[in-house]
Amino acid sequence: MTQTLTRPPVVDERVGRRNPLQKLLGRPEVGALVGAIVLFVFFASVSQTFIQPNAFATVLYGSSTIGIMAVGVSLLMIGGEFDLSTGVAVISSALTASMFSWYFSVNVWVGVVLALVVSLGIGYINGWILMKTKLPSFIVTLATFLMLTGLNLGLTRLIGGGVSSPSISTMDGFASAQAVFSSSVNIGGVEVKNTVFIWIVLVAVASWVLLRTKVGNWIFAVGGDENAARAVGVPVKATKIGLFMAVGFCGWVLGMHNLFAFDAVQSGEGVGNEFLYIIAAVIGGCLLTGGYGSAVGGAVGAFIFGMANKGIVYAQWNPDWFKFFLGLMLLLATIVNLIVKRRAELK
Amino acid sequence: MNANRIDQQTLLQNEQDPLTHTPVHLLSLDAVGKNYGNIVALRDVTMAVDNGRVTCVLGDNGAGKSTLIKIIAGLHQHDAGTLKIMGEERKFTSPRDALDAGIATVYQDLAVVPLMPIWRNFFLGSELTSGFGPFKSLNVQQMKDITKKELAEMGIDLRDVEQPIGQLSGGERQCVAIARAVYFGAKVLILDEPTAALGVKQSGVVLRYILQARDRGLGVIFITHNPHHAFPVGDRFLLLKRGTSIGYYDKKDITLDELTAQMAGGAELAELAHELQQLGGHNDIVKEVQADVADVNEHR
Repeated sequence: MTQTLTRPPVVDERVGRRNPLQKLLGRPEVGALVGAIVLFVFFASVSQTFIQPNAFATVLYGSSTIGIMAVGVSLLMIGGEFDLSTGVAVISSALTASMFSWYFSVNVWVGVVLALVVSLGIGYINGWILMKTKLPSFIVTLATFLMLTGLNLGLTRLIGGGVSSPSISTMDGFASAQAVFSSSVNIGGVEVKNTVFIWIVLVAVASWVLLRTKVGNWIFAVGGDENAARAVGVPVKATKIGLFMAVGFCGWVLGMHNLFAFDAVQSGEGVGNEFLYIIAAVIGGCLLTGGYGSAVGGAVGAFIFGMANKGIVYAQWNPDWFKFFLGLMLLLATIVNLIVKRRAELK
Repeated sequence: MNANRIDQQTLLQNEQDPLTHTPVHLLSLDAVGKNYGNIVALRDVTMAVDNGRVTCVLGDNGAGKSTLIKIIAGLHQHDAGTLKIMGEERKFTSPRDALDAGIATVYQDLAVVPLMPIWRNFFLGSELTSGFGPFKSLNVQQMKDITKKELAEMGIDLRDVEQPIGQLSGGERQCVAIARAVYFGAKVLILDEPTAALGVKQSGVVLRYILQARDRGLGVIFITHNPHHAFPVGDRFLLLKRGTSIGYYDKKDITLDELTAQMAGGAELAELAHELQQLGGHNDIVKEVQADVADVNEHR
């Protein structure tokens, strides 16, 4: 109160008056960042191996497999929707690439491109149905999730005759595709998976789009208040469909990694993973109701997930406890986010 | 600043005195109607909007005010009568369509996205960018500067254009929306009940911005149910009731009391006074209503 009274009346003088710390705390990803540091210090203190470069590379790899999807899912959540079909859509993409190339005996790159079309198509259909019917995205994508789960199992058995796709390791283009989607880079004697770099690039691009482009402005707007956005001329339908397609793209990247990390995919995989991506986005400070959040936040959320996942192993605890910790972290992170946000906004 | 504004107003008022009507109206409606299924929402409404004039649309809840603005703003299409922009007949298919024709609407509740910073709201849907093709990026600093300057010109003094617009008061938010419409070259500005949710002081602030928008040469459509807000700023008054026009006046042809009487309807007021008396209402209030009734009857 006293601070208000002593404020000089000149307009520009007052701009700097907001405490820089408060400004920092007002950012969406700060809660998650604090959580990540606490968790890192915690695991570093209970386990000697956790902080060794090789182990850390493993943690980063684990984080990246969640983080790549979390990029798309975070953007979508900021845009006010969510997608429950992401977990199985990743597998659908991988199955499309492998089954198509195998069945028609073509270069695997043909399958890879077709998988991209299918992934973007799934996103488009999700978004289109959502905009056309005005149903909640929960229902629409739950339906897609169930249908894709069935299609993955059914088509794989129909075409390949088993529960997993046939091996494509001997086919044309496999080596080059593997180099692109699943290889390692040696940095100072430590093997770092290239998905880590793909993840970082995706986060950077998403952040740029979100904060420095027209489309980013529209994403915040359609999530924050769809009607207001429409009234000022924002193409709401195109923005939302585009977001679902961006999620599809991320699913394709991860799907290709899953395929080329080995040479076959299990058709029943992926169920339940959609929640991990949503959890990463929420821990990272994306508001479940839309209009608030950041791509970096989603990445930090994924990193927290990766640390907890591998940290429990390095600490030599029983991995049975992992889910409990995940739930606890989700709760704590969201509460911290809430408090931080309220504090910052009250000033 | 203040003296400057008064100067400007007297100047413009002098200029207005000869009432130079443009031969072609900026926007005109002729016998416009709209049905939703078998419900008649609007019937036979005629009105005009000119540069530097404020046309007030008055009416109680359900009078058809929202339907009228939705037609002008491009959210709905009329199915009877004609809508003309500069004498040319139009039918808007989307809000974008109406915006491109120079019609900007400031809605009471959905003018802005609360969680977004002021400057992002200001430029939402019309962002300034530079660069090529997919690499176009926002000119953040330029947009912030323009926002700050435009709002300062409207007399809104902001500490930080980076703060979420939800933190502003209702009146300030309306003003940001008005400033935005003015900046983006709106020719017609529709204000949907801008003072409905505001206190007396805040309402006064908004009314002043309406006059500023008028003085900048915009045609303003001011929707309200409060004749006390409409009369001081309006040049023309369209009264709606149950979807039809019950009067269309120039300011010189009507007084505030007549306007109030037309709005409320004498019979309804008398009924209210009676009801209040029966319920054992507070004496002062009953007297006030009775005085109003007498007033209304006198003007009839």
